[in-house]
Amino acid sequence: MPHVVISGQAARRFTGGVSEFDVEANNFRRLVLELERRYPGLGHRVEEGMAVAINGEIYQDAYLAAFEPDSEIYLIPKIGGG
Amino acid sequence: MLWAKIKRSPHAHARILSINLDKALALPGVKAIVTGADFPDVPPEKAQIGAAPHNLRDLSRNCIARGKVLYEGHAVAAVAAVSPAVAAEALDLIEVEYEVLPHVMDVEAAMAPDAPVLHDDIFTAGIEPRPTKPSNVSKVVRFTKGDVEAGFRDADVIIERRYTTKPVHQGYIEPHACLVSVAPDGQTTIWSSSQGQFMVRAYTARMVGADIANIRAIPAEIGGGFGGKTIIYLEPLAYMLSKKSGRPVKIVMSREEVFRATGPTSGAVVEVKLGAKKDGRITAAKTVLKYQAGAFPGSPVQQGCICSLAPYDIPNAETTGYDVLCNRPKVAAYRAPGAPIGSFAVESCIDELARELGINPLELRRLNGARDGTKAAHGPTWNNIGYLRTIEEAMAHPHYRTPLGPNQGRGIACGFWHNAGGESSAAVHVNEDGTVTVTEGHPDIGGSRASMAMMVAEVLGVPFENVRPVVGDTTAIGFSASTGGSRVTFAGGMAVTQAAQKVVEELKKRAAITWDISPDAVEWKDGKAYPAGANAGSFEPLDLATIANRSARTGGPISAEVQINAQGQGPGFTTHLCDVEVDRETGAVKILRYTAIQDVGRAIHPSYVEGQMQGGVAQGIGWALNEEYIYDQDGRLENPGFLDYRVPVASDMPMIDTVMVEVPNPRHPFGARGVGEVPIVPPMAAVANAIADATGVRLRDLPMSPPRLLAALDGEPMRQAAE
Repeated sequence: MPHVVISGQAARRFTGGVSEFDVEANNFRRLVLELERRYPGLGHRVEEGMAVAINGEIYQDAYLAAFEPDSEIYLIPKIGGG
Repeated sequence: MLWAKIKRSPHAHARILSINLDKALALPGVKAIVTGADFPDVPPEKAQIGAAPHNLRDLSRNCIARGKVLYEGHAVAAVAAVSPAVAAEALDLIEVEYEVLPHVMDVEAAMAPDAPVLHDDIFTAGIEPRPTKPSNVSKVVRFTKGDVEAGFRDADVIIERRYTTKPVHQGYIEPHACLVSVAPDGQTTIWSSSQGQFMVRAYTARMVGADIANIRAIPAEIGGGFGGKTIIYLEPLAYMLSKKSGRPVKIVMSREEVFRATGPTSGAVVEVKLGAKKDGRITAAKTVLKYQAGAFPGSPVQQGCICSLAPYDIPNAETTGYDVLCNRPKVAAYRAPGAPIGSFAVESCIDELARELGINPLELRRLNGARDGTKAAHGPTWNNIGYLRTIEEAMAHPHYRTPLGPNQGRGIACGFWHNAGGESSAAVHVNEDGTVTVTEGHPDIGGSRASMAMMVAEVLGVPFENVRPVVGDTTAIGFSASTGGSRVTFAGGMAVTQAAQKVVEELKKRAAITWDISPDAVEWKDGKAYPAGANAGSFEPLDLATIANRSARTGGPISAEVQINAQGQGPGFTTHLCDVEVDRETGAVKILRYTAIQDVGRAIHPSYVEGQMQGGVAQGIGWALNEEYIYDQDGRLENPGFLDYRVPVASDMPMIDTVMVEVPNPRHPFGARGVGEVPIVPPMAAVANAIADATGVRLRDLPMSPPRLLAALDGEPMRQAAE
């Protein structure tokens, strides 16, 4: 089961401090849905404000970004730029 | 066509009690006036527009004030008239009654419990329990890795320093400008200079309450952006004036307006604490970043937190960021937003640590540098990065070994920027003579059109000169995210490459029809279709022009359009070397020599890549040495022009040497990664470290202008610039 870490404090107000999760999901969309189911509001927060780094590679606004059970998955702030 | 001008607040913070337009409206030649009351009030629940970075409610109130003005220069009304002179005369006839409120300009003053509060509906996000009192601290962010206190206990040497930076402007040469025409049926055309025509269309539509489909946004050629044109200021005002008057309306900001009313990047206070073993291994890092957001939330502090520690393999780290409101223009993106500020502090502190340890600063960076497999302080593990190669190239560069003379010093600093991907559309059309038109959706702010043409030419196997790249308006090409984040050559390049590949498949099909064989039996090579082997038959090759000329017979025009959301941009790392000479009598710093070494992925257009590297360095040198806003005690800007806000000019600069390290990005068809932003990250620290090397005096406050350096050399306390 993939292990997911939310970088920073974005999850705290939804989870009471938990920021690491084992999630039964194989892509970003299913991850978001599962987080929303467990902690209402968190999935939306992740979808709107965060990108996902899968094995160090960044995906942003990509429902179909896929991962394996042993993938390293970090949710990090979305990236803007100048 | 009418000309419009904008009435701006003379106060840093004031309540608008009344606006009387009677005299202005009575002036002959005045055709329309708008105030905040003419715009839909965006309710808080509709402020977020999908994944867009800006809060629409704030953006709307930044374009034109409602209820309060929040900085000197904040727009309160706009007048359209038959000439610029009449519009200007009308501005003086608009009577605005204000109740002046206490103001706050600086980040730590704005964080104080008794500071004047800009917004009574902003409560600090990111802390629990949710505060009950409004605050100028709009957000707190924190990233942690390992056990930072244990890391400091394990250290042999700990140093703790405080650094400050000033807000600086992007300094684009062309001021903001637009022309908007609203027809009686609502059909609207916007011509404007921006970093994203789709951004202009979306924000304008939402702020004025129009349908996106009714707005055609045409991207004018841009006279510099650097992030500052990823936001709008004028288009909604011109729209409403045009709608009211029934005439096209043009607005052009003056340079003074650009300084008073458009976003610089944040000024900041950054505290850095580093712990290391005697052998140079960094055991812990703790940083606190306090960034000015200006009048509305949204400083780039989060990226400052992440980027400043990203070049290092640090087992224990904690970084905390504060987004702080103050009575200045809302900050806007500026090249690698947030990263240069935090990196000035961290890269200066790394240099101080190296001196404390007696270790060569470049060697200390190599020892602690991120490499493939390193877990960054914000979490992800790096792959395919070229950071250490930039350090090794710096060590091997002749610049690094060149002897220095009296009062000369050498500084080193490194930098990181994520780069970005995102949505891009591209179309490739084969013209009937065999030339090719490629249409993309991104305004070209750094030479990207040439790179697009080169990638298409490469795939099609035709001369570069035969490919004409065009930036399409919002009706000519599919949605494309703004130019920014160093994303265009990566994401746009993916789109044009895929479109060209589809065209190649179509060309093979057309050749197959001509030869009456299977498309699988055709190969495309060097701009021509060939039979793929003896079994395919014996035919003379068909070139692009021949196939295009006969396209009616084989199925019609040949073109392809691709829309993607590009993922997997490679990050950018860089190492800079800077030599300075200090005039101890005047405090002036001369940049003697500068070398920027950068992992550029695969350089698609090498000279444009070098231009990006040199441009970033030039802007960083200005940030380091001279640029700052100077406000009087009432919060009024005293230097809103290039005479008094000094950006570097050509005579200030040495030749900026570049070394392109090419570690291809495996996710891009040609290996490209973004190159335009990371070169502005290291220069401030590189210059500060060079000055310290030359003089033994450490400057921790920007800009390192002659008066400030002179005071430091004389042993006087650092003078803070007037606020």
